Amino acid sequence: MFEGYLRADGRKGIRNTVAVAYLVECARHVANEVALPLRDRGAQVIGFPGCFPNDYAQTMMERLCAHPNVGAVLLVSLGCESFNRFQLEKVIANSGRPVKSIVIQQTGGTRSSIETGRRWVAERIEALKHTPRAAMGMEDLIIGTVCGGSDGTSGITGNPAVGRAFDRMGAAGASCIFEETGELIGCEQIMADRAATPALAKELVQSVNKAAEYYATLGFGSFAAGNAEGGLSTIEEKSMGAYAKSGAAPIVGLIKPGDIPPTGGLYLLDVVPDGEVRFGFPNINDNAEIAEMIACGAHMILFVTGRGSVVGSALSPVIKICANPDTYQRLSEDMDVNAGRILQGESLDTVAGEIHDLVCDVAAGALTKSEGLGHAEFILTYKSFEPIGPSCLPV
Amino acid sequence: MTNAPAHKLLLLSDTDNVLVALGPLAPGPQPVSDGGMIDVVDDVTLGQKIARRAITRGEKVVKYGVSIGSACTDIAAGEHVHVHNMQSDYTPTYSLQETEGGAHV
Repeated sequence: MFEGYLRADGRKGIRNTVAVAYLVECARHVANEVALPLRDRGAQVIGFPGCFPNDYAQTMMERLCAHPNVGAVLLVSLGCESFNRFQLEKVIANSGRPVKSIVIQQTGGTRSSIETGRRWVAERIEALKHTPRAAMGMEDLIIGTVCGGSDGTSGITGNPAVGRAFDRMGAAGASCIFEETGELIGCEQIMADRAATPALAKELVQSVNKAAEYYATLGFGSFAAGNAEGGLSTIEEKSMGAYAKSGAAPIVGLIKPGDIPPTGGLYLLDVVPDGEVRFGFPNINDNAEIAEMIACGAHMILFVTGRGSVVGSALSPVIKICANPDTYQRLSEDMDVNAGRILQGESLDTVAGEIHDLVCDVAAGALTKSEGLGHAEFILTYKSFEPIGPSCLPV
Repeated sequence: MTNAPAHKLLLLSDTDNVLVALGPLAPGPQPVSDGGMIDVVDDVTLGQKIARRAITRGEKVVKYGVSIGSACTDIAAGEHVHVHNMQSDYTPTYSLQETEGGAHV
C-alpha cells in the first residue's frame, strides 16, 4: 500500500505533474521555455508537432492530459494549427483538472507567452501541493513494459524477469500491458494459446499478422543495427526474447493506444496502424510506444535494455532493467536493476522480486534513475486506428 | 549472489539447434548448460549463437524451442550462427556493415 494523488475524476496517480502541451511544432519553443525553470518542481513538456489534424493524435493528447499522474495542463497553441484545442480543453476541464490555453498569436508573441505560461504553471505547482492523497494498492496500478536496445541477453535475463514480475503483479490485481505487435512476429501462435477466449486468440493472431504485413510493405522489421551487433539475427529471434516480457499469465485483452484496461490482468497493446500503410513506421523509436502505454493509463513503465538505452519519459516514471551485465558495468548510473546477474548465477525469481519491490517504491514516490537524471522524453507522430472489436476486452 | 555457473553456453530448450554464449568465447571445447561439451569454432561475444549441431541450408534455426529463421548456408556444429549464415522468414534484417559481426573486436 502507498499514498497516491486523488484526482477529481476519481483516478489515482503516483506523480503530481503539470503538463505543458504544445499543439504544433511552432509552439514547442514556448512550451519548452515555460517548463524549463520549473522542471525540477514537476513541469513536463508533451505535445504534437503536426499542423494537420489526426484522430489518433487527438485521442492520445486527450488521454495524456487527463492521465492520473497529471494534475493540471497548460496548452500552448500558435493559433493557426489544425489541432482541435477547444475539444482538448473541454476534455481536460471535464476531468476536473485545471487547464489554461495560451495562443501565442493572441498573447503578444514569444516573450509574453512564456511569461504568462510560467506564472500560471508556477501557481498550479503550488496549488497541487494540496492535492488530496488516497491509499493505493497493486490493484490501482497500470504498468507497461517495453524493451529497447535489445541484444542476445534481453530474452534470457531482463525480459523473463519482467515476465515473472508481471505474473505476480497481475495476480495481485494490477493491469499489465505488453507490446509491440511488430516485435511479436513469429510468436503469434504460442501467444494465442494464452488468450482468455477463442475469439480473443483470433484477434491476437490477426494483430501480429497485420504487423507482419505492415513491416513487409516498409521493407524493414522492427529491428535496429545494434540488435544485430548484440547477437540477434532475425526479427523472429528478437520477438521471442521480447515475448518473454509477457510472463505466463492468461492474456485477458487486446487494446489499442488510448484504450484504458477495464480490469486487472495482462493486455497486449496493438501499436501497428490499421488500414493501408500511410504514415511510415508504426513507432519511430522506443519513446513512441512508451507514450502510447502512458496514454493507456500506465502509471509507470518497465524498460528492459541490453545494449543500454538511457531514456525516461514525460508523465510516468521509467524503471530501467539492464539485461546485459557488461552494459550494466558501463552504464550503472542509468540503470535501476542489474538483471544481467542472472547470467552469473542469480535466479530469475530474485530479480523478479527486486523489480516488484521497486515498482512499489517508485509508486510510493521514489525516483527512478532516469527521473533523477532529468529524462522526460516524449514523441507523438501520425497514425490511424480502427476501434477494437467486441471480443478484445474481458466480459 | 549464488555461485557463477561453470558452463559457458546456454541451451534454452531441448529442441534447439543453437546455444547462447554466456560471455566472450574463444575456439575450443566449451561446457554447455545441459552438461555436455561443444567444440566452438569461432570467436564470439556475449549473447551470440553457436550451432549445437550441423544445420543444413534451408533448415530452420531453432531457439527457445521455436523457429527464429532459416539457415542460408550449411552451418557446421560449433560455428557462429548470425546474419552471415541465417535469415528471417518474415522481413530482412537491417545491420550496419561495421556492426554486423558480433565477433571479438
